[in-house]
Amino acid sequence: MDLSYGEAAEAFRAEVRAFLSLHWPPPSDMRGTDLRQFIRTFRALAIDQGYLYRAIPKRYGGSEQPVDVIRAQVIREEFARAHAPTEVGGNGVNMTVPTLLEKGTDAQKELFIRKTLEGDYIWGQGYSEPGAGSDLASVRTRGELSADGGKWIINGQKIWTSQGMQATHMFMLVRTEPDAPKHDGITYLLIDLDQPGVTRRPIRQMTGEAGDHTFCEFFFDNAETPVTWQVGERGQGWYVSRTTLKHERASIGGADGLGKQFAKLVELAKEVGRIDDPIVRDRLTQIEGFVLSHRYSSYRIFSCAAAGEDAGAVPLMMKLLLTEIGHDMALLAQDLIGEHGFVEPAGAGGRGNRGPRGPEKWMDQIMGSLGNSIAGGASNIQRNIIGERGLGLPRDLAMSGER
Amino acid sequence: MHFHLTEEQTAIQDAVRGTLADAWPIERIHAFADGDADFDGESWRALMALGLGGILLPDSGMGLLEAALACEVAGEAAAAGPLIGQWLAVAAAAASGKGGEFLDPLASGERVATLVHGGSAFVPCARAADLFLIVDRDAGVRLVPASEGVTIEAVRASDRSRPVSKVEIADGAGERLFEAADPMTARLADAALVLVAADALGGAQKVTDMSVAYAKEREQFGQPIGRFQGLKHQLAHMALDVEPARALVWYAAYAWDAGLSDAPRAAAMAKAHLCDVYVRATRAAVAAHGGIGYTWEYGLGYWFRRAVFDRAWLGSPAEHRARAAAQAGW
Repeated sequence: MDLSYGEAAEAFRAEVRAFLSLHWPPPSDMRGTDLRQFIRTFRALAIDQGYLYRAIPKRYGGSEQPVDVIRAQVIREEFARAHAPTEVGGNGVNMTVPTLLEKGTDAQKELFIRKTLEGDYIWGQGYSEPGAGSDLASVRTRGELSADGGKWIINGQKIWTSQGMQATHMFMLVRTEPDAPKHDGITYLLIDLDQPGVTRRPIRQMTGEAGDHTFCEFFFDNAETPVTWQVGERGQGWYVSRTTLKHERASIGGADGLGKQFAKLVELAKEVGRIDDPIVRDRLTQIEGFVLSHRYSSYRIFSCAAAGEDAGAVPLMMKLLLTEIGHDMALLAQDLIGEHGFVEPAGAGGRGNRGPRGPEKWMDQIMGSLGNSIAGGASNIQRNIIGERGLGLPRDLAMSGER
Repeated sequence: MHFHLTEEQTAIQDAVRGTLADAWPIERIHAFADGDADFDGESWRALMALGLGGILLPDSGMGLLEAALACEVAGEAAAAGPLIGQWLAVAAAAASGKGGEFLDPLASGERVATLVHGGSAFVPCARAADLFLIVDRDAGVRLVPASEGVTIEAVRASDRSRPVSKVEIADGAGERLFEAADPMTARLADAALVLVAADALGGAQKVTDMSVAYAKEREQFGQPIGRFQGLKHQLAHMALDVEPARALVWYAAYAWDAGLSDAPRAAAMAKAHLCDVYVRATRAAVAAHGGIGYTWEYGLGYWFRRAVFDRAWLGSPAEHRARAAAQAGW
């Protein structure tokens, strides 16, 4: 075993560093439109170098690079080190673009991919509904063809849309064949959210989070989208959507993030004067055993990917492992902050400016860790996946019709 | 960057697994467990015929990682014999330049060495051992022939596959290989922790695999019990506990081989974490099986008993976590 990336990768790292030192950061007094333009230009240069959007063809604004997970990792590390902007991220880059590349028409690719990569189009995910959570294929939002057959008319409700207040567009699962078996009656549609038939409303969360950066619910009242914005065949939307969930799974996690959060937990124990308490030290190291297992398993998955080998069942476990560690950290954090937890932290759960905050800020993590059990595939669904796909246990009879 | 097993490393595990499947099936474990011996010559010779004894020889081209991989499979098979003591005695004799006359017979397995943890009265496979390797962070490393001041008192051991005896060794017996302050003393003590963690990993994986296999085969209410979500989720949690921890053992062994500065801490973390995992896995396995798992005949008890031993031997998880906390500078 060898955790170094090798000489070729280090030579490449030097190239990336040289590029970054030339083009980042912007002048410290740059603000507003100038700063936005600087970032846009920086991204364009980074794409020219092959550093961003590596899997995306050049004709749609990507850099079209051969698969090389080591180079991709070096790029991530160096951009993070320099605090330089990377891909715009979000559902658009992680879900819409891969789906369009695989299943979209040429016209759809031309229309949406470049604008998404450049951050002009922000995509909301229109999957969950009040009656369709883990049983996603039971969506009831209806799509009906207009009399002239040129448009889909959409009625219903979607929920739990991240970036909902910012989203310009949505990719959604809509029931178009009410008489077909549930998986075969769904169509995958793209829709422009800026129209009278669409109403959006932020969901206030138990964290207190509300306003511009929370999840939204969307109401569709005779909303319209052209049939040319349908991705894949009519009635095949469930299968089109399978492309995207896979991508979401690959983008959740991140061993570095967990390691940093653990380091902050140690800092918290110091800040509240409990670091010498043997019980606290034991609980910290107990949690760290899992944190390190997660980190080294991510090395293992990465190493297998670099070698083109199958990593077995462990990739199926990473999301649940991360979630469970988050709960353990929350429980210890709650003990450590003690009565600081009586005070609502400034800007609770929200983003943006909120000034300096004390130990009470851990209330965000303590409550946020609960969200991880739900978002991106609920924990009990993760357990099913590990049991059925990882261990080969027979499928639950209630779900044996699922694909 | 390489952080998964090579073909050669997988081949080592396959060879050990195949050898133990022939030489140490459950029937042999049952017979051994009901007997008085603390060592099984036949399965030991079969393992040594693979060349396992020489893994930690300086020119073997292998290291602690390969030893840990073999140790994992031994844990999976509930193998008898003091593999950990044997490897460390070879490493200690080779690194010290003393005890050279023991090197070849130890590497070949012709002579048997067992590990004495400084401060512990209990030693596995003591009655069969020719040599006792004492590793004591506070007193250094000694290699003591069985004939020199070693008193052995048999006990009814709970771990039936690696039975312990009570052992007393006279002060100053045998030869001192390393002083306490010699970095090699701590290195050998760390290596022992990694190897116990590997044994625990193998055992935890084994009882998880047994539970999954049983859940696919056992039927109740007209269907395999593994279809029921309650059990499925318990089994998923066992796998979630064991599989990611594998990389913790790999890292600790790799760090030791590469001489990384965090190797001592990685060894402590691996020992503590895997011994917790092992106890949880064996308890969960009995629960997952139901009545059959509680019988002597089914055999889960052998791994449960090994988990009890691994957890307490060389220091408890709490003790190693306290060391790891101090090593982190907290």
